[in-house]
Amino acid sequence: MTGMRAFVAVLAVSAALVLQVSVFSYVAWQGVVPNLVLLVVVGAALVRGAQFAMLLGFAAGVLLDLAPPADHVAGRWALALLVVGYVAGRVALDVKPTVTAVVATVAASSFLGTSVFAISGILLRDPPMAVPDLLQVVGASVLWDVVLTPFVLPLVMTMFRRLEPDRATS
Amino acid sequence: MRPDPTRERRWRPTGLGASGGSGRHGQPPRGLVVALLLACATLITLDYQGGNDSPVEPVRRVMGEVYGPVEVGVATAIRPVVSIPRWLRSQDSMRDEIDDLEAQNAELRQQVNTAGYDRNKLAEYDGLTAAAGSLGYALVPARVVGLGPSQSFSSTVTIDAGSRAGLRPDMTVVNNDGLVGRVLRVTRTTATVLLVIDADSVVGGRVGESMEIGMLHGRGVLGDEGRLDLELIDTSVVPNRGDTVVTWGSESGAPYVAGVPVGRIETVFSNVRDGSQRAVIAPFVDFGALDLVGVVVPSGTDSDRAVVEADGSIR
Repeated sequence: MTGMRAFVAVLAVSAALVLQVSVFSYVAWQGVVPNLVLLVVVGAALVRGAQFAMLLGFAAGVLLDLAPPADHVAGRWALALLVVGYVAGRVALDVKPTVTAVVATVAASSFLGTSVFAISGILLRDPPMAVPDLLQVVGASVLWDVVLTPFVLPLVMTMFRRLEPDRATS
Repeated sequence: MRPDPTRERRWRPTGLGASGGSGRHGQPPRGLVVALLLACATLITLDYQGGNDSPVEPVRRVMGEVYGPVEVGVATAIRPVVSIPRWLRSQDSMRDEIDDLEAQNAELRQQVNTAGYDRNKLAEYDGLTAAAGSLGYALVPARVVGLGPSQSFSSTVTIDAGSRAGLRPDMTVVNNDGLVGRVLRVTRTTATVLLVIDADSVVGGRVGESMEIGMLHGRGVLGDEGRLDLELIDTSVVPNRGDTVVTWGSESGAPYVAGVPVGRIETVFSNVRDGSQRAVIAPFVDFGALDLVGVVVPSGTDSDRAVVEADGSIR
């Protein structure tokens, strides 16, 4: 069952990655697309908690770092999504799962994830970019992710709930 | 569909039993957190220090072999859907006609854009027939199947031609309008292209009218504001607004062949302190809507598809 869960989780992340690279590029605003991989990690965190979300976030980040057409220093998205998984998982412990809470978690996670990635880029000078440009991208990506939340999060959360072994009967 | 409040218990599963020995869910053991953070740090260090020979490079290649074909498949499947609005607007024949006219238009525009450069080139290289020979490239046509998101702050795309089509790293990529970028790495069926507007991209450029040379740096901003900065090597020359910039070209045409139009000078800034000039270039290529591109290969390259030869014939 664990292997099955991991397989489905990786499949979900792969689907999100391909969609965001090959399909959503047609509707990109200034090159910014909805970060579906991040949404999958947040969904996993809300349902399964921080531990699972951290592991999934790390794996998803490595995928995002290495699958074409990525060319930045590998490990940066892994770090960003790891942090997102941890924080979103902790948030899920403390708040009630209302729609507002889900949207707020997504917005905060998106801001955090893109910012961690951007800051790691500034530290590594990969690439050297101006802060206003970075902020514009961060803002746009938060907006995109919130817009996509009602379509993606229920799907992802239902999927991870179904995969939960000891709760399948309830 | 929306999260159902009655299932709220699921938010804080107790995690007793099958899943993990961490006690409460949501509080991962400190060891795991540290291990994962260290893994990230190791990966970043390995790739950052390694540069082009980084140990991550083979893994990237394997991932490319796996995900490249999937991207090609999905992009091919979605293309008809994306073109539905266009299809509804015009009849088949009309669309073909428009395509033809557009291609012709782009060709003419390119001729106009490079006229100054060509004139100078002719005057300068008259008699050097070898130089004329170096302009004879063949093009491998390819389509963009994946666009790197701006969230990654690098401007790269995946194209659906790889080593089987005769591509290798450091080849020039162009389209109807001008220079697109260069090939970074290839898998069997796909290749990753670094766009010239990427902040890591440096291209040798030449101002078509004055033949002055300089370096073109990308700014890393995609979309309408995608611009290049030109720094001329001879600081005493002031470039004119509206001048066309073409590639300067490298020896043996790698990574950039000579004479490909890049963009037009939009504004010129003078640095009073050291007297240098910096020009802002608006690229001819619309990087937000890249689709059909051509990769410059040596004439006579073996390829898995039709190659457009230098004289316009298709082989």
